[in-house]
Amino acid sequence: MTLEIVLFVIFALVCLVSGILMVTRVNPVISALFLVVNFGSLAGLYLTLNAQFIAVAQVIIYAGAIMVFFLFVIMLINPEHEKRFLEYKPQLKIFAVAIAVLVFLQIAYIILFSKPSEGVSREVAASVKAGTIEQIGRELFTKYVLPFEAVGYLLLSAAIGALVLAKKKFK
Amino acid sequence: MQIPIEYYLILSAALFMTGIVGVLIRRNAIIVFMSIELMLNSANLTLITFSSYLGNSIGQIFVFFVMAVAAAEAAIGLAIIIALFRNKLTVNLDEINIFKW
Repeated sequence: MTLEIVLFVIFALVCLVSGILMVTRVNPVISALFLVVNFGSLAGLYLTLNAQFIAVAQVIIYAGAIMVFFLFVIMLINPEHEKRFLEYKPQLKIFAVAIAVLVFLQIAYIILFSKPSEGVSREVAASVKAGTIEQIGRELFTKYVLPFEAVGYLLLSAAIGALVLAKKKFK
Repeated sequence: MQIPIEYYLILSAALFMTGIVGVLIRRNAIIVFMSIELMLNSANLTLITFSSYLGNSIGQIFVFFVMAVAAAEAAIGLAIIIALFRNKLTVNLDEINIFKW
């Protein structure tokens, strides 16, 4: 058992358990807090994959900005009490969970059947180099500068659209 | 010994299915939205896994763009939810049925 595997197991367990708890909690505030835990453990998983820049961006953008926004909206509109898990339309929910488990088993079978680890083997030096902020910034501002600018305009239009939508009174 | 790539892919598939279950069984619009964020993150995990295992940073650049699009989507979606709540005083998706008739 190397440290890498120990870290992977810890982060993967935290990730899965907090995801499942996020889906099953009745109170939306507790759900949002479990989603923060999930995003934090995903940032840890990104670190085990040598993606330092994306791990930091995950914590800042997702766990910081987006989840604060979610919590803000939850506390602003204070949604009414939702019926407990599996109380309302239980057959439909059991059916949905069964379908999801079935599809997951299919995906897992395909992943294990195709044996991707025979085709790709991680070279640590190349993997570390690919995740540095230097390499990502170099690619982003040379080869992918047009999509980068387009994303800037997308964010601007989203900010304006959110203002317009939240301001307008529907009659 | 390094971790086989299958572990990351299966973890990502499990997270994606958790998100799908959340979208299907929950009736609170905000929690449905958070489940969509969970699915976006599981796709990000797959992209970063392949990026790391192939030693190629294009996957991580794509994840950067996915994060920007997710931020835009969260802003617009939550604004829509606030507008709906103002209009109908509920975020229950079963009661938001003005397009059904």
